[in-house]
Amino acid sequence: MEGLANGLYGIPVLGVVFQLVGYLVAVIPEPTVSHQIIFLATPLILGALCGIMNERSGVVNIGIEGMMLSSAFAAFVAAGLANEALGGTPWGAFGITVPLLIGVVAGVINGVLVSTLHAWLSITIRADQIISGTIINIAAVGATGYLHRIIITPNPHLGGGIFSAWTVPDAITSIPVVGWLVSAFLGQGPIAMSALFLMLLLQVMLFRSRWGLRTRAVGEHPKAAETVGIDVIRLRYRNVVLGGVFAGLAGAFLTLESQASFQLNMTAGRGFIALAAVIIGRWTPVGAFGAALLFSAATALQVAIGVNPPTGQLGSVLGAIPSQLFGALPYIVTIIVLAGFIGRSVAPAADGQPYAKEVRS
Amino acid sequence: MPPPQDERPPRAGRRFVPGPAALVPILAVVLAFLAGSVLILLTGFATVGHLDLLLPVTAYLALLQGAGITTDPAQATNGLVNTVVQAAPLVLGGLSVGLAFKAGLFNIGAQGQFLMGALAAAGTGAAVAGWPGPLAILAAILAGCIAGAAWGFIPGALKAFTGAHEVVTTIMLNTIAASVVGWLVTGPLLATGFSFDRTGDLGNATLPILFGTRNLHLGVLASVLAVPVIWFLLWRLTLGFEIRTVGANPSAARYAGMRPAFLIVFTMSLAGLLAGLAGSMEILGITHFMNASYGTSVGFDSITVALLGRAHPVGIVLAALLFGALRAGAGLMQIKTHIPVEIVDVIQAIVLLFIAADVIVRFVFRVRTGHGGLAELQTVTKSYGEGAVR
Repeated sequence: MEGLANGLYGIPVLGVVFQLVGYLVAVIPEPTVSHQIIFLATPLILGALCGIMNERSGVVNIGIEGMMLSSAFAAFVAAGLANEALGGTPWGAFGITVPLLIGVVAGVINGVLVSTLHAWLSITIRADQIISGTIINIAAVGATGYLHRIIITPNPHLGGGIFSAWTVPDAITSIPVVGWLVSAFLGQGPIAMSALFLMLLLQVMLFRSRWGLRTRAVGEHPKAAETVGIDVIRLRYRNVVLGGVFAGLAGAFLTLESQASFQLNMTAGRGFIALAAVIIGRWTPVGAFGAALLFSAATALQVAIGVNPPTGQLGSVLGAIPSQLFGALPYIVTIIVLAGFIGRSVAPAADGQPYAKEVRS
Repeated sequence: MPPPQDERPPRAGRRFVPGPAALVPILAVVLAFLAGSVLILLTGFATVGHLDLLLPVTAYLALLQGAGITTDPAQATNGLVNTVVQAAPLVLGGLSVGLAFKAGLFNIGAQGQFLMGALAAAGTGAAVAGWPGPLAILAAILAGCIAGAAWGFIPGALKAFTGAHEVVTTIMLNTIAASVVGWLVTGPLLATGFSFDRTGDLGNATLPILFGTRNLHLGVLASVLAVPVIWFLLWRLTLGFEIRTVGANPSAARYAGMRPAFLIVFTMSLAGLLAGLAGSMEILGITHFMNASYGTSVGFDSITVALLGRAHPVGIVLAALLFGALRAGAGLMQIKTHIPVEIVDVIQAIVLLFIAADVIVRFVFRVRTGHGGLAELQTVTKSYGEGAVR
């Protein structure tokens, strides 16, 4: 088999795989690369938390992408307008200004409003949940495109600034063995840091609190939950609406922490990768975080090659891959992992099923 | 805050008087245009500073004029041709999404299949530019169909054999298709002698323009022909019956001895072929080459068209003509009233919203009949968390 591969490609395949593993072990502790992996994973994990809040309570949400896109727009415009009206001098850590905070709040409010629409469509009027998500995605592209033309195109200098990352002290960076790992987590902006905190918080809440138990019950067997006195409709509403907070934060991250501008369709499929992270992470926050890291590492590989080009046969193999295909790597990884994982990854039993109380007829 | 649910019987048990299937879609469109006019009023207020109550009327009239609904014969011909040319890919895309709906599948991947079809047609067309006309065109179209079908086969096979849901995989394949376009157009398919990255000239593979018009190309015929073909497949062939049975109830189909795995792969491949055909027509008939950042709204529009047309070929044609007219007329509306063309996207989303939330439509117009949604959608959403179908 290996002889065949040798003959076909003139490159020992197994050798290159070993070289790749060795290269990754060497390059990931590189400060720029490890920082980039966490940074790129932030919108993915926030989006995935939104998806987990929805799907754990039995509501499919494929509208994360649209929620993120519209929140990114709302956050950017709110911060920009606040900056024009108030101006902003940074105070304290992270370069925090009043316009930036207003932007974050606007992004979160937008996320909550859009997910309230999703909740109303999928819980109250029991419309199809996948269609509801599709509507949100299409509406977000349309509405941001329309408003972009009206608000941003005439004001090219609109902008609310950008959060800065925390400078990790040398004392932490120079800790042997784990110093790079700790500083990769700490050397981030405020939204990225809170994303990690929220991920851990949701993990604990979902599996160690009364709310979590009830949420999982509602997602697995709403009828049984109803019979023990849980208000299924109300709990689903609350969770879906709260999930919008995470999507709103993810959007705010894109325009206030990742970069200080808004472009059309700037989410570029991140909401869908977040959706895949939910599935691959088996509907748990920590699992989704792992999946998000996998995807962001696939993207960061391109950065790593720029920082520290691999040598030898691995270098020639990676060098032969066109740069456009590197951009598609997270999506290819998603499909491969989904195809391989799905048998062992089971969704909440009532995911996607609208719930209606039984009544005597 | 959810309204009290206690008195409401479950949806399936509610008694509906059977009404015309087109009722809710038509009323949804009417309501969406009313909502759109509110948006136009607000836009006018925001940009000009005072409330111009006639602005929605002016804007919609300009839209109609651009779409060919006007008394000036030259402008009418031009506008109607534009409407038909814009509607043609939407018919094929709508059939692609609608056919998948019939099998209980949600093909969000029409976008990617369209792109792959367009790319293959552009590449093949440039390669066979010197062949005799009909042969070159046929080769390019065939390549587009195969590429689109392959891009539909992948999610179909993944769904049938691994259980990976097509909603997620087709979305991923859309982005991958855009990357493949960027790579091939700047790499292997790059033509020399142009100021920007693009594929080569089509030569004899260019579709002829009909009746001496500016842009009514022969590919429109493919859309016209595809409609009866898909109708015949779905309602006159055993295969179509099996597709519809799988869409209505996969378990029942399996117990009746049908092969859901095969039907899913077949339907997704055929859906991909239709979208790929739309892509190759667009390249061979209109743009005549492909650039690295080729973008299109056909993917999203097709979903709207299929839902608005209730996944029925005739409904899809009507819905495609509506959105073709919107796309054709929006330019003139923007020139005349400064309302951005993007309002078409907003109206599209509102139409979808009203179809999904058919309670709004029934409430506003005081009608008691008719559904907005498709029954097959339950199969789509139900399979979301489930595993392989075999």
